Amino acid sequence: MATVIIPPLMRDLTGGRDKVSVSGRTVAHVIEALDEIYAGAKARLCEGDHLVPGVAVSVDGVIARLGLRAPVKADSVLRFLPVIEGG
Amino acid sequence: MSTKFNVVGERLPRYDGADKVTGKAIFGSDVALPGMLYGYILRSPHAHARILSVDTSRAEALPGVYAVVTAADLPGEAKDAWHKYARDHTFASGKVLYVGHAVAAVAARTLTLAEQAARLIEVEYEVLPAVTDVLAAMQDDAPILHDDMRTQSLAGRGDKPSNVANHFQQLKGDPVRGFAEADVIVEREFHTATVHQGYIESHATAATWSDDGVLTIYTTTQGSFSFRDHLVWLLNLPMAKVRVIPTEVGGAFGGKNTSYLEVPAALLARKARRPVKITMPRPDVFLATGPSSGAVFRVKMGATRDGRITAAQAELCYAAGAYPSSPVGSAAGVMFGAYVIPNGQVDGYDVVTNGPRVSTYRAPGVTPANFAAETVIDELAEKLGLDPIEFRLRNHAKEGDERIDGGTHGSIGGIEVLKAAQACEHYSAPLTGPNRGRGVAHTYWGNWGGRSSCTLSVNGDGTVNLVTSSVDLSGTRTTIAMQAAEALELPPERIKPSVGDTDNTGYADVSAGSRTTYATGIAAIQAAKDVIAQMRARAAGLWDVPAESVTYAKGVFSAAPDLRFTFAELAEQVTGSGGSVSSIANVDAAEWGAGFSTQIADVEVDPETGKVTLLRYTVVQDVGQAVHPAMVEGQMQGGAVQGIGWALYEGYAYNEKGQMLNANFLDYKIPTALDVPMIETVIVEVPYPRHPFGVRGVGEPPIVPPPAAIANAIYRAINVRPDRLPMTPAHLLERMGVIGD
Repeated sequence: MATVIIPPLMRDLTGGRDKVSVSGRTVAHVIEALDEIYAGAKARLCEGDHLVPGVAVSVDGVIARLGLRAPVKADSVLRFLPVIEGG
Repeated sequence: MSTKFNVVGERLPRYDGADKVTGKAIFGSDVALPGMLYGYILRSPHAHARILSVDTSRAEALPGVYAVVTAADLPGEAKDAWHKYARDHTFASGKVLYVGHAVAAVAARTLTLAEQAARLIEVEYEVLPAVTDVLAAMQDDAPILHDDMRTQSLAGRGDKPSNVANHFQQLKGDPVRGFAEADVIVEREFHTATVHQGYIESHATAATWSDDGVLTIYTTTQGSFSFRDHLVWLLNLPMAKVRVIPTEVGGAFGGKNTSYLEVPAALLARKARRPVKITMPRPDVFLATGPSSGAVFRVKMGATRDGRITAAQAELCYAAGAYPSSPVGSAAGVMFGAYVIPNGQVDGYDVVTNGPRVSTYRAPGVTPANFAAETVIDELAEKLGLDPIEFRLRNHAKEGDERIDGGTHGSIGGIEVLKAAQACEHYSAPLTGPNRGRGVAHTYWGNWGGRSSCTLSVNGDGTVNLVTSSVDLSGTRTTIAMQAAEALELPPERIKPSVGDTDNTGYADVSAGSRTTYATGIAAIQAAKDVIAQMRARAAGLWDVPAESVTYAKGVFSAAPDLRFTFAELAEQVTGSGGSVSSIANVDAAEWGAGFSTQIADVEVDPETGKVTLLRYTVVQDVGQAVHPAMVEGQMQGGAVQGIGWALYEGYAYNEKGQMLNANFLDYKIPTALDVPMIETVIVEVPYPRHPFGVRGVGEPPIVPPPAAIANAIYRAINVRPDRLPMTPAHLLERMGVIGD
């Protein structure tokens, strides 16, 4: 199962847990699975069919350009991070 | 020059140099189209006001005026909040949110007429209280810019209107425990001003429509494709109906990642049925384009007596201007990133204020954050009795170390940079005399990879045309062509590089994030390898031998002692037998090498006037492999000078009505050659293993350390620690107690 590093501001949903293992073949699937365990997670992370503005997701250390549609492997690690831009 | 390369590492003439020094290069304002009109934008005189009415009838009636457009001319409706922000950023609807906010635009036969017509547009405003200070904007009783804005965070959406658009938090370990383990703790607050990129070339755009509805835009931009996508988004057009042709760019530094004039010019040209050019006056560049954020920092760090950092905590409040998306995310991810910090917490706040919407600026958001963090680190080192570079070395990150933002360092050269700084002659040179001091600061910057495209076409005489979609801001057509020449094993003069447009090249992300020489270079190398493979196959066909028996080295194809073609000979043959050889390579570089820079500043402070004189300045930086060392040095020097401006001179000054008081280069001072010493450079080369030649991004790291390096030098000169940018004479005299706050 993929490992989701729970952002600190969402740990009220997970009872303080900072990592959760869930299944899913895409970031969207992983968030759906997370939401089934911790209701409200999807509402925090998603707005419509996108991640909420200002939030990016990294899968295995690489920022996923496809966002919710990005593929996830069985042993992937997902992190939700602030968006970063270069000048 | 490095011995393992033939072209890479050489100090070659720039391909674009001759045209630029002889005035032949075409910049945005040089574009002239048949029947072209001139556009002018009417802007708000108020920092915050409701628009009660806009009457354009008198302007439209003026002879010589062809079109007037306002927000009402934008097609369709806003699809979501971000689409509405983009539409309103183009032309205000409902409210103006900063002095300089575009309200209407006019196209006329001459620029004078367009300006005259704009003055005839009658706009009735209800002036509202304005807020330009980030902390004031965060207060509960602050004037609210957007009635529907609620604070967005991963803790949920706020339940009342707020100017705090976003709050995020990064957490590693247990900061409370980390501070409890510390023997020394330093806690400080810092305030930094809004600054502008200060590019010399203003924004300029020309728009023209074909009779079958194709829009062509000539413009100064960092990304022709991102501008095309912006036009598509706001004008609701198919991508294939918009062509963006980038002109030469006279400075950008992140400020030309954002589109300002293209949509107004397109709307005017469509309405007037003639081409329209808009060139932005300099005051408008300050008032209406995106500077970098003013910010407030609260930083706390702790360390043990043996010089190990145990914890770091920071709160970053960034002014976004009129609409969200300040660079606070970049700042938070980078400010402690050079060090191993077992326990850390960073909270970032993106706050809207009555100023122009901020944009990216060279290592966006990081320079002021580094000022805060590296000043505190310097103070920790002092309290621990450690040399400031030695303290940084004891805590520096290595490959595999995790940052507070959760990212993990790949191959990095930060320690090598610090050691090179420690060993350089400047660091140990005597510095004597009263009121003089030496300071250092160090930074990590992540850099970027992203999407790039490169096309190579072999000509019949063995020269090679190279076309990229990456806009050339700083000489990248030279550094990309040098990598192609290296991979093709040809002399660089055989490569003819140029920058294409959105109709004739593959997609590229903006030229930003220090990515172009890195990522577009990879595309050029891949295309070169494919060209060689195709040429080997052609040679095999001509010689009737298997392709795998054809070798290529040093510009010569051969399969046997009597089967031999130079690249040019084979090129001549293949263009006559089977058509030309060309290749396009598209890359999406998902990984890239970070950059590090350490800088050393010597200053003298006049205790009576507070004036700071820079006596000596050195930039040390890991650049991976320097493709063109002279241009690398230029980036290091130019970045440092911009950082020196941020440190000592630059800042938007507002009055109580939110009006900018220094929207010109007379009152907004940027450093000139008279203000800085020769910037000395030390190139450190720790090759990045995922680039074929070891290249890392170069452009952004050098702008980051100057404010902290100078602040730390000022402390050693006069024994007070500055906590504001810019560190003006008035600020230093206040800190010295010579004048009151």
